[in-house]
Amino acid sequence: MRLINRHPGRVSATLLGLLPFLLIMLIYSLASQERLAENPNDKLLPGLEQMTAAIDRMAFQEDRRSGDYLMWQDTTASLQRLGMGIGIAAALALVVGVLNGVLPLIRANLAPLVSTLSMVPPLALLPILFIVFGLGELSKVMLIVIGTAPIMMRDVAQRVRELPGEQLIKIQTLGANSWQVIVRMVLPQIIPRLIDSVRLSLGPAWLFLIAAEAIASTEGLGYRIFLVRRYLAMDVILPYVIWITILAIVIDQCLRLANRRLFPWYNAGGH
Amino acid sequence: MSFITVKNLWKEYGDHVVLENLSLSVNQGEFCTLVGASGCGKSTFLKMLLGQETLTRGELLLEGNAFPEEPDRNRGIVFQRYSVFPHLTVRQNVLLGLELEQSPLAGKLFASARREALKDVDAMLDAVGLAHAAHKWPHELSGGMQQRLAIAQSFVMKPRILLLDEPFGALDPGIRSDMHELILKLWRDTGTTIFMVTHDLHEGFHLGTRLLVFDKTRNDPQQPEVYGATITYDLPIGQTDQQTYETIETSVSKTARSLSG
Repeated sequence: MRLINRHPGRVSATLLGLLPFLLIMLIYSLASQERLAENPNDKLLPGLEQMTAAIDRMAFQEDRRSGDYLMWQDTTASLQRLGMGIGIAAALALVVGVLNGVLPLIRANLAPLVSTLSMVPPLALLPILFIVFGLGELSKVMLIVIGTAPIMMRDVAQRVRELPGEQLIKIQTLGANSWQVIVRMVLPQIIPRLIDSVRLSLGPAWLFLIAAEAIASTEGLGYRIFLVRRYLAMDVILPYVIWITILAIVIDQCLRLANRRLFPWYNAGGH
Repeated sequence: MSFITVKNLWKEYGDHVVLENLSLSVNQGEFCTLVGASGCGKSTFLKMLLGQETLTRGELLLEGNAFPEEPDRNRGIVFQRYSVFPHLTVRQNVLLGLELEQSPLAGKLFASARREALKDVDAMLDAVGLAHAAHKWPHELSGGMQQRLAIAQSFVMKPRILLLDEPFGALDPGIRSDMHELILKLWRDTGTTIFMVTHDLHEGFHLGTRLLVFDKTRNDPQQPEVYGATITYDLPIGQTDQQTYETIETSVSKTARSLSG
């Protein structure tokens, strides 16, 4: 049988999927053990023991100086910035994208600007944001907004224009005015697509968040890993990176499930 | 005065002549079937009746006035596909037009107004045989049921003109004859003026009151776009003899071959 026609069963598919993870863990622990055997104080490849100790210190014990639980503090600070940034970006994308997609006059007016903005590398704007908005929360949130909104705007406008032309004619023959076309035909069909777009934008959003936190911040997941880098504290950095990955996966899956639950017609091939 | 009047109508896209010198007059309540080869301007003519296309020269009048330049609630349409809204259930799809009409701002009805409108909707769903599927999503329906829904969605608005653009082209033959019965029944009950475009000559010869054959009278094999199509036969349905049927079929197939070659 040709290789392209050979499909794994359910169990073997799960095992095959797990295999790379197990391999990475195995290789890491072997390398770590070897280094630790040579030098018990090695910082580069900490073992499970050191990492659990670090997690315990960061997440479950009060910080000696501030009295805070640092990991939770970092997590809430980062998630707030991320949520605000991506929330504002999604709202902007919805408004501008829908108007661009539906109204030819607005499209002629705004589409070139949106396309140009989406080409500006957001990190290049970071110094400007720091100068204009200061080093506080606003500039970090703004970086996420500027980094993700233009692309989402383009995506939403594109999705609007992909709605079948027949629908647009049909709703007009049912007497809809332009506003009704937007609220009854376009918006309800575009929101699940916007959620998909947000899921794709979360990757860049994390990137901008961590970059902004690394440069100017006093708390946050990105701030912490860049701070402890000075002490080569891999025992903190590695759990933090894993924690960020877990957060990213959970957020993505929540959005996916919300999309399924809220829009049953969308995921069943009804579009 | 007739309901719809077409006088010496031309439609051109640049050098490409689609329709030439078309004249026609249609009375209220007629059921016209438009047949002809692809590219002979049947759909273009339908789009002009809908307000989606404008004419190049000539006149197209509705009760003596020029046709409105954009689609409106007086002219319903059923396309071959994509006529229903995937994000609304069957019942909501039919309700939509009534909601749009009665609620300009929200485009939605609530409480008693909604209950009142739903009475019409349910009666309509009964008439097209979709009452049992009222709460299904369109993607759960077969092709034939989706077209029933599209028809119900248009008829519930009681449009003055209903345009059907190859509405049964994608359906199985058995389903197609059920749909013919349905559309004839609704037409008799409502007295709506219907224009139906079809590829299927047989369908054209048996449905409705009047057959309009779109064909090219002149043809330049080197430059097919310099001559447009016009109405070559305008016949009352049911009185066509076999001879005429064969003549039309031969002529239409010949044009189809020359256009595709």
